[in-house]
Amino acid sequence: MPKHKVHSDTQSALADVVFDGMTIMSGGFGLSGNPEKLIAGLLAIGVKDLTVISNNCGADGFGLWTLLNNGQIRKMISSYIGENKLFADLYLAGKLELELNPQGTLAERIRAGGAGIPAFYTKTGVGTVVAEGKPVEQFDGESYVRETWLRADLSIVKAWKADPEGNLVYRRTARNFNPNMATAGRITIAEVEEIVPAGALDPDHVHTPGIYVDRVIQGSAYEKRIEFRTTRVRGEAQG
Amino acid sequence: MVWTREEIAAQAAQELRDGYYVNLGIGIPTLVANYVPDGIEVVLQSENGMLGIGPFPFDDEVDPDLINAGKQTVTALPTSSFFSSADSFAMIRGGHIDLAILGAMEVAGNGDLANWTVPGKMIKGMGGAMDLVAGVRRVVVVMTHTDKAGSPKIVARCSLPLTGAGVVDAIVTELGRFDLDQENEQLIAIDLAAGVTPETVRERTGIPVVMA
Repeated sequence: MPKHKVHSDTQSALADVVFDGMTIMSGGFGLSGNPEKLIAGLLAIGVKDLTVISNNCGADGFGLWTLLNNGQIRKMISSYIGENKLFADLYLAGKLELELNPQGTLAERIRAGGAGIPAFYTKTGVGTVVAEGKPVEQFDGESYVRETWLRADLSIVKAWKADPEGNLVYRRTARNFNPNMATAGRITIAEVEEIVPAGALDPDHVHTPGIYVDRVIQGSAYEKRIEFRTTRVRGEAQG
Repeated sequence: MVWTREEIAAQAAQELRDGYYVNLGIGIPTLVANYVPDGIEVVLQSENGMLGIGPFPFDDEVDPDLINAGKQTVTALPTSSFFSSADSFAMIRGGHIDLAILGAMEVAGNGDLANWTVPGKMIKGMGGAMDLVAGVRRVVVVMTHTDKAGSPKIVARCSLPLTGAGVVDAIVTELGRFDLDQENEQLIAIDLAAGVTPETVRERTGIPVVMA
């Protein structure tokens, strides 16, 4: 069914797969590599009571922040809140459920979900609140805590290019969680900047094979907001 | 005279060794990249999925798809590589990174580190810090020696929720550069800022301080 993967717009891609109370994985690190069109689609549909798995929760006025601001998110599974006042305030006021994961544990739980591995052991978080209530075992004389997989009803990811089969190529650090999340959604929808013809992607350079991708849409006019534009001036010593 | 932020970064750069793969945290740790000693080459890793971080871009080179873990725009080098978050933390957790330099709110004599929340008041999240301190071979903390109230941040036991237990190897503050002797729960002063006396350091530190 590859030829049916390409959808014309976010509403067509999302309409029959979303439901209240669902779990959604959303790619991105900070505001880099966010599926900004699909998030806008979720905002327009108004699906609510969501559990969202994403490293961050957007930022002031952008990305997942808009769903949080619209009261659509019941629970976040994330690693970092810093610089997102709404996220911190809602949590500290008890209005948002939050499961904080170490970033690497979050990534590996998602990878495990996509790979059919229900649990794994990691040194990360041993001796901290993260390990409370979880089995800890010794391997080669060191303590490791058991973490479990994460899977989602829907994964929304952002890539740079796709072909009609749904093979994806990411660009630079906009890759981040996207390829991992693409594997862990019961349904995965990718939004890309360009859908290229079959044969235009070098098979050796495909990052996410199309088997993981159910639907593809091409977005336009990407905002790609920058959080901290940091530059140097020509002629200055390299910093 | 206590060290400035830049001087602290330059001191922390003394921890770098030729060929190291290094992860630098947000804030002062990021500045360490400006003070790599002559004759030493290191490769900087950014946990959002990049090895080989270049300098900040010129204004016309800014690329929103190319940021560091502090969400600052950066550039790539001819030998840079990009990878997923799971691959990035496989590198970190798997012990392939030689050195991590990061900030802290509290460090205890036994090497415990706290830097991600003040319960009920502030929650920024641990991000990648728990993975870094668990998986990286040497962990160096860069921070102010005391908090805003003047109380020591190097303490007998952390009062804040931990980022990692028994993980800190060395500390650089505005007062000096120290190794942390976890076994004996004491600071070993390697170098003090000009004019800073051992007595001053001891007054502002919650564990014993010995001179190297």
